[in-house]
Amino acid sequence: MDRRNFLTSLLQLSAAATAAGAIVGGFAEENKDKPLALRPPGALPEKDFIKTCIRCGLCVDACKNRENKMIVNGIEIDTLKLASPGDNVPIGTPYFNARTGPCFMCDDIPCMYACPTGALTPKECQNDKGKVAIDYAKMGVAVIDPSSCIAFWGLQCTACYRACPEMDKAITIEWKQNKRTGKHAYRIPVVHENYCTGCGMCEMACVTEKAAIKIFPRDVFLGKVSNRYVKGWSKKDQERVKNASTKTTTKTPWSKENPLQNLNQGVNWNE
Amino acid sequence: MNKIIKNRYLILRRITQFAILFLYFGANYYGWKILVGNLSFSKLFNTIPLTDPYAFLQMLFAGAVISSNLIIGVIIITLFYAIIGGRAYCSWVCPVNLITDLAGWIRRKTHHEKDNLISAIKIKKFRYAFMIILLIFSTIIGAAAFEFISPIGIFTRGVAFSLGFGWIWLLVIFIFDAFVLKNGWCGHICPVGAMYSLIGTKNFIRVYHTKENCTNCGNCLEICPENQVLAPVINKKSDFINGIECTECGRCIEVCEDNALKFSLRNFIKGEKNEKNTTN
Repeated sequence: MDRRNFLTSLLQLSAAATAAGAIVGGFAEENKDKPLALRPPGALPEKDFIKTCIRCGLCVDACKNRENKMIVNGIEIDTLKLASPGDNVPIGTPYFNARTGPCFMCDDIPCMYACPTGALTPKECQNDKGKVAIDYAKMGVAVIDPSSCIAFWGLQCTACYRACPEMDKAITIEWKQNKRTGKHAYRIPVVHENYCTGCGMCEMACVTEKAAIKIFPRDVFLGKVSNRYVKGWSKKDQERVKNASTKTTTKTPWSKENPLQNLNQGVNWNE
Repeated sequence: MNKIIKNRYLILRRITQFAILFLYFGANYYGWKILVGNLSFSKLFNTIPLTDPYAFLQMLFAGAVISSNLIIGVIIITLFYAIIGGRAYCSWVCPVNLITDLAGWIRRKTHHEKDNLISAIKIKKFRYAFMIILLIFSTIIGAAAFEFISPIGIFTRGVAFSLGFGWIWLLVIFIFDAFVLKNGWCGHICPVGAMYSLIGTKNFIRVYHTKENCTNCGNCLEICPENQVLAPVINKKSDFINGIECTECGRCIEVCEDNALKFSLRNFIKGEKNEKNTTN
């Protein structure tokens, strides 16, 4: 083969490989971010999790063969699954569906310790003092839809409250006067994100046809307050802004103009 | 009985392939601790980690923090294939081999061995370029790119966990191999096979060809899934099949009627041919 032929075939080869690689890469990119996937306890933030998970399924094996098995009507409830094509979760990564198979929060966290790569790590499952326990897992956070939650209608329910493994901490019941009847009370479930592990027991227990309380990944649902706002009555919250500079600015779509202009937009003072 | 001896390597290969799948399946459904995980990472006897070197490389390129477990696993696997196995992973372990062998069998039975839609010569080295490109794309997208389409992963996870719509992809590979390009996936595209080819360049167990016995019948060339490794040796010289793409499947040995091929140990020290027979 002369040099000209060699170069041509080399060019053809790399062009074909790049085209094929781009197809695969594009497919992978398209399928890598599925922000609604619920991950096992101790999972790294989603971006790092996708990088680090080797898709071996050791966590799923550990979950399937855990000690505290839950059997309903003779059917064993499986929690962790390894995503297969069509599950709408990046292929091969572990996830669970809270409505059909929530996390039962084993004390020994077998899935997390089974992980060989560190995609599930005790560092993501500990409290401020470094104590590792399943109660500090941050798999997600429960979110209530008030329009379909029957407690908001004034009916007595508390199914989620009673199913919650962090009972009276992650979900509390708030009493409110029912002004419609004038003599009854609303008993409304309230989720406290700092205790909620996102296990999904509430979502499974919810009595409505489609669950009125659902688990969402924390970074999908939770907002973030800037250092500008602080709970003046809370010592702990004041700790949060201790090192904040007084020059902090909150960037919002309205930040381009000064507040007065924003407030008075569209008002013509001469009229 | 004669037929069993005739196809001894084929039977052994099927046994190892199915045994590995069965152990993965049992690990999930019955909690066996013999071989847990799947072909990207497994744990042998609950202690020895085994890592797929290509998955490891992709993670490295994607920018993942690599754990010690993975490093130990990749060293074990690399050493095993570099010293003993060569590219044996492809024919003795990988379950996709079952699909592509079936496609190859259908080609032979229907006498369509040479009907290809794509020129096999033109994409001879495609898999190596594809392997490198996918590593680059792993860096760009920040995730192991090939793992999203790997039929090896889909197959093993399908057996041990759930298949989902993965069967479509496996069917595509079967159709591609049976009707588009002979030995197309394993022999021209799969970057995992390319990786193991490179790892097993200098392994010890190889097929040895004795020219004196060869009658040039061409049976071996016909059955070999990578016959470019046989072509320079068969009926030309007494030598080892040194091509890096040899999958050590032993099919050539089985179809040879003249006892001209056998597994043997390569001797790198003196360069003279070591004819000690290892397996039969």
